[in-house]
Amino acid sequence: MAEVSVTKDAAPAADELVALRNVNKHFGALHVLQDIDLTIDRGEVVVVIGPSGSGKSTLCRAINRLETVESGTITIDGKPLPQEGKELARLRADVGMVFQSFNLFAHKTVLENVMLGQVKVRKAEKSAAEDKARKLLDRVGVGTQADKYPAQLSGGQQQRVAIARALAMDPKIMLFDEPTSALDPEMINEVLEVMQQLARDGMTMVVVTHEMGFARSAANRVVFMADGRIVEEATPDQFFSHPRSDRAKDFLSKILHH
Amino acid sequence: MNVLLDHLPEFREGFIGTVLLTLSSGLLAMVLGVIVAGFRVSPVPPLRFLGAAWVTLFRNTPLTLLFLIAWFVVPVIFWPGLSPWTKAILALGFYTSAFVCEAVRSGISTVPLGQAEAARSIGMTFIQTLRLIVLPQATRTVIAPLSSIFIALTKNSAIAGAFSVAELFGVQKLLSDKGFAIVPIFLFVAIAYLIITFTISGLFRLLERRMGVAR
Repeated sequence: MAEVSVTKDAAPAADELVALRNVNKHFGALHVLQDIDLTIDRGEVVVVIGPSGSGKSTLCRAINRLETVESGTITIDGKPLPQEGKELARLRADVGMVFQSFNLFAHKTVLENVMLGQVKVRKAEKSAAEDKARKLLDRVGVGTQADKYPAQLSGGQQQRVAIARALAMDPKIMLFDEPTSALDPEMINEVLEVMQQLARDGMTMVVVTHEMGFARSAANRVVFMADGRIVEEATPDQFFSHPRSDRAKDFLSKILHH
Repeated sequence: MNVLLDHLPEFREGFIGTVLLTLSSGLLAMVLGVIVAGFRVSPVPPLRFLGAAWVTLFRNTPLTLLFLIAWFVVPVIFWPGLSPWTKAILALGFYTSAFVCEAVRSGISTVPLGQAEAARSIGMTFIQTLRLIVLPQATRTVIAPLSSIFIALTKNSAIAGAFSVAELFGVQKLLSDKGFAIVPIFLFVAIAYLIITFTISGLFRLLERRMGVAR
């Protein structure tokens, strides 16, 4: 619990980085995002939790427009998300994303995975990109695997490479879409530790996860979603010890007591 | 055997003609096919429509009809004074491009969606995503169908012979018109086609073995 106070003190004064206003989306008849209002401040770590199918992954993917929304506005750093095209690509470069299934480029080595965006998108020099990639790989603890292909790595290692790949773009914010859900239990911690470190370093993060321990220790704010709505927003302490809504109480009773 | 030896220059010219025709129209079909496949998976609806229209048009038209159009319609409406060679390459290339496009598109759909999502999420444009991430991974699956397409192209190029382009099948017509025995001529022509098509399938098998993406 000591970490909680550390991260909370580190959060700077309110400074809006991402804002969702009145966002709606359907998948066919399913109203997957309903009137979503959410603001994420610079340096804040927001953990989104909720039952499966509650729309939390869709919310996360909507922030960099991997999912389009039907109504409402999403702004990043004051700029509304543009249509598909060069401008959106530029904006996405500033928004790191980590996927449940890692999605490392299968035909590239680990090192190339981390260099590619720097060279092709940021137009960095190859040598500078390689230096930076190696430093980042060391930072997430897979420096020795640089020349292997993703398929030769364990899930936990792949996910840490994916985090390094996103960090290589110097993102303003990192989105994590269930980063540990596809991992074997013994590999979850190595990924969570990297994420904890990022949170301590002041990275703005949106984390969709089922890891309640991570939510407790690293989050500034917990957002609880159910049936496409944000049901409750609170600090982790408040949320886990005194949930206000019945829906949240029900959810917590199912996952915390067994 | 005499027919072959006495007319070696004609056979040689025909053989080289077929090889060149296959190579150049194959190259045109590859370039067009990959571009049109890009259109078909692009996020821009008009491009997708254009791609679908291209494939529908060229895949469903008899090649002979395309040759007739290239010979008698294209010079009148678009460019007058095209050489028979250019017209044959255009007809064969456009026709084959529709099949290349569909093979490439089926290859693209074997690449997991997450690969393209990851590429877009680090800020790559659609074209970068296709060129750097999706197409390289699609190549392996596309090689086998492409091999069949190019063998078909080799044989389809025989139609150009009927339009007096110097190629292998035309040699057969030339010699049978002169009254030589038909069977040996056919045999030599068939063997010459076999040499080309065997080379193609061999090259593609080699490529297939070289390219592998571990998942």
